Amino acid sequence: MSTSAIDIDREIGNFTYDVKPYRDSGFGLSADTVHYISNVKDDPDWVREFRLKALQTFFDKPMPTSWATKDLEAIDFTKIRYYLSAQEKTTRSWDDVPDDIKKTFERLGIPEQERKFLAGVEAQFDSEAVYSNVQKAVSDQGVIFTGSTEGLKEHPEIFRKWFGKVIPTGDNKFSALNSAVFSGGSFIYVPPGVKVKHPLQAYFRINSENFGQFERTLIIVDEGAELTYMEGCTAPKFTTATLHSAVVELVAMKGAKIQYITVQNWSPNVFNLVTKRGIAHEEAEVKWIDCNIGSRLTMKYPGVVMKGRKARGEVISIALANDGQHQDTGAKMIHAADETTSNVISKSISVGKGRSTYRGMVHIPKHLKGCKNNTECDALLINTTSRTDTYPAITVRGTGNVTQHEASVSQVSAEQIFYMQQRGLTEGQAMSLSVNGFVNDLVRQFPMEYSVELKRLIDMEMEGSVG
Amino acid sequence: MSLTGIIREALTGTPESSPLETQFIDPTSPEWLQTLRQQAWCEFQSTPAPKRKDEAWRFANLKMLELEHYEPASKMDRDTEQRVLAQSTGLAAVAGRMIFANGILLSKQNISDELAAKGVRFLSFDEAIGTVPELIRQHFMTQTVALGSARLAALHKARVNSGTVIHVPKNVEVTLPLEIFHWLDGANSTVFPHTLIILEDNARATVLEHYQSTESRADGLACAVNDLILGPGAKLTYVSIQNWSETARSFQINSTELARDAHATNMVVNLGSSYARYESASRMRGPGGRSDMLAVNVASAHQEYDQRTLQDHAQPNCTSDLLYKNALSDFSRTIFAGLIKVEEHSHKTDAYQKVRNLILSDDAEANSMPGLEILADDVRCSHGATSGQLEEDEIFYLLSRGIPETAARKLLVAGFLNEAIARLENAPIEEYINDFLARASAGNE
Repeated sequence: MSTSAIDIDREIGNFTYDVKPYRDSGFGLSADTVHYISNVKDDPDWVREFRLKALQTFFDKPMPTSWATKDLEAIDFTKIRYYLSAQEKTTRSWDDVPDDIKKTFERLGIPEQERKFLAGVEAQFDSEAVYSNVQKAVSDQGVIFTGSTEGLKEHPEIFRKWFGKVIPTGDNKFSALNSAVFSGGSFIYVPPGVKVKHPLQAYFRINSENFGQFERTLIIVDEGAELTYMEGCTAPKFTTATLHSAVVELVAMKGAKIQYITVQNWSPNVFNLVTKRGIAHEEAEVKWIDCNIGSRLTMKYPGVVMKGRKARGEVISIALANDGQHQDTGAKMIHAADETTSNVISKSISVGKGRSTYRGMVHIPKHLKGCKNNTECDALLINTTSRTDTYPAITVRGTGNVTQHEASVSQVSAEQIFYMQQRGLTEGQAMSLSVNGFVNDLVRQFPMEYSVELKRLIDMEMEGSVG
Repeated sequence: MSLTGIIREALTGTPESSPLETQFIDPTSPEWLQTLRQQAWCEFQSTPAPKRKDEAWRFANLKMLELEHYEPASKMDRDTEQRVLAQSTGLAAVAGRMIFANGILLSKQNISDELAAKGVRFLSFDEAIGTVPELIRQHFMTQTVALGSARLAALHKARVNSGTVIHVPKNVEVTLPLEIFHWLDGANSTVFPHTLIILEDNARATVLEHYQSTESRADGLACAVNDLILGPGAKLTYVSIQNWSETARSFQINSTELARDAHATNMVVNLGSSYARYESASRMRGPGGRSDMLAVNVASAHQEYDQRTLQDHAQPNCTSDLLYKNALSDFSRTIFAGLIKVEEHSHKTDAYQKVRNLILSDDAEANSMPGLEILADDVRCSHGATSGQLEEDEIFYLLSRGIPETAARKLLVAGFLNEAIARLENAPIEEYINDFLARASAGNE
């Protein structure tokens, strides 16, 4: 199998400029590391204590290898740098961003996208946001879009109320790690009734080798407000493992709507172990659109806790696993009020020796009425060496609730390929078209700019996967 | 030393001076069997008990694995024996029947001379050790216990004292079903029923097994193992009906091995026990095999049915089709964890897995974990899990035709379960199961 096309694709983020860090916590993890980060960031006392407590939780918790892949054991926590920053402060203007970093983001097309269709952008380089800007019209409406560090200092009254409430420190080993050493990420607050028309975007860039990125995002959308948030990520290809372990908490108040879109294209040496969860209050909607193309191992199960009546949760997931990759993704739907509905649609494609896994959880506890869940998982296997797994867990209590789960595994039909070849397409083109058809109904739900990009990425991944 | 003491010793790890084997292993049995049992006992002792985090025991109530208070079964009195024999009514026409109570063979209706002349063997475990030791040595508990109960399987191997060995030679068909009863009697009593069925090339047989208690409220422990081995082209229908007392704990480890073009239909009906763990693994050892795995579970009161299944496609061109139906009332709980595993190069696999939960009460809980692990690409695999309740429209339809509500609900539940039962394609057994469930449902009123 030729992998040339795949290499071209990886080149998108595979470059690095030698940026001398302004601050560097050094290798390894201990209470000293946490104090270093807290000192650099001038954390309030409660944050320092929160971090230290989380560090202990991290040390106490075992690796989840009882159910997860043994590949996790390849992470050596002593060989990672937990904090690196290139400059002292986040700037509001591209002109103030240091040249090398500016070059990085320009090469990734971030400023261009900002001009074209975004309401605001934040760009994180290793541990800290280097640039953050939001359109004046949006900030005039009272929308706050800033880094998590600024968020906790400047808006403690909103920040503290929800921080660590959706995802408690002890949720899992990696949420504890993030809670101990978090840095960067976004804080967003949308006031009641404000509908942010254009998406806000964050771009996460890992630039340094042996580095761990631990951004922390907290988004609160108040009553009746609406927000679309998008994140993208890349890293250069290093020979050693890099760790990305984010925590993302979403809060949708009564009647609010949040759409959170991720296009993950880390280089294939990145361990991407992310905890993402949203709370949906009465009649609110939280929708995760999660697309995983890159990384060595991704473990990510976006969740929605439907806390208020008629709340709605949705996860749309696309994963593509190529040689050396394991996309272990899924969804968690926790119904906690009557008449809540959730929907999970997951499509995965395994190419070459790639492995994709769907892991899901649906929980409908006692005495709820009128809850509904629908889960569909479709897996497409391209080569004989490809692998796919499905591990859902569904708990339903009581009458008056309905769940259905369906999964299927298939390959691209030989007839389809033959038909297209008859009409003059090469086998590769036919395969690519077929795979795009497989995910098309999901890709259509993405904002236009993203769906075009995604189609292109899939085309590139598929080229050379046959013959 | 009592079983109590021995289990406690196994749990606490404090060795006792008395040699276990003299307590447990019949010194008159052949040496190889004594060795096997000793090894199994050591294995039981050295295997750690499952922990809460073990995926194979996810959602399960691990308290049910605390077995200290159980004791070896004692011999029953004459009256109970007579009662057991009178109540062992199953199918009207059978090819052979055995009735065991507390591990002792009470009665045997042997197979016809004609079948015996063809080489068919229908033996109790003890008879088999005496007459066909090579068969036992070759097949006794040789299958891997993959679904979590390795420790209980070791206990079974060390303690097994009753059961059946069925051997059908090449090209022989046993038309009528073979029927086996196992009874459990006395408080805190234990039984370890074993079933070994070996069908050679193109052989055919149908086996119905009943697990019953003499008293509906006596606590007891049953740890059964069923090993079904199908040669090329063989066809087996195996049905077990678990109706131990409502306070008993049941562990049943079921394995099926299918050679080329073999076809196994394996059904379990669960009605009794406070906790019933059922593990069923089907392994395709040759191309062209087909395994149908069926379950009908009627859970009520505080019953917990914990079921784990494996459809292991180790060879290409095989089909497996699983349908598990759970009807849950009162405070009952069910757990279904199934896995379709398609190994590398097992192309043209057609595997299907479906669990359907009918929740009839606000306090009932259904847990479903349908899983897939696919390592080959030219396959058709799908699974489905649904949970829901009776349709109001359907009840209304029956009410409008003059059927009272209780009867209407019962009809709908029976219809729901019958979808799995009808897949047996064996009218007398289907009829028996339907009657049996109807009686149980009438008795619950």
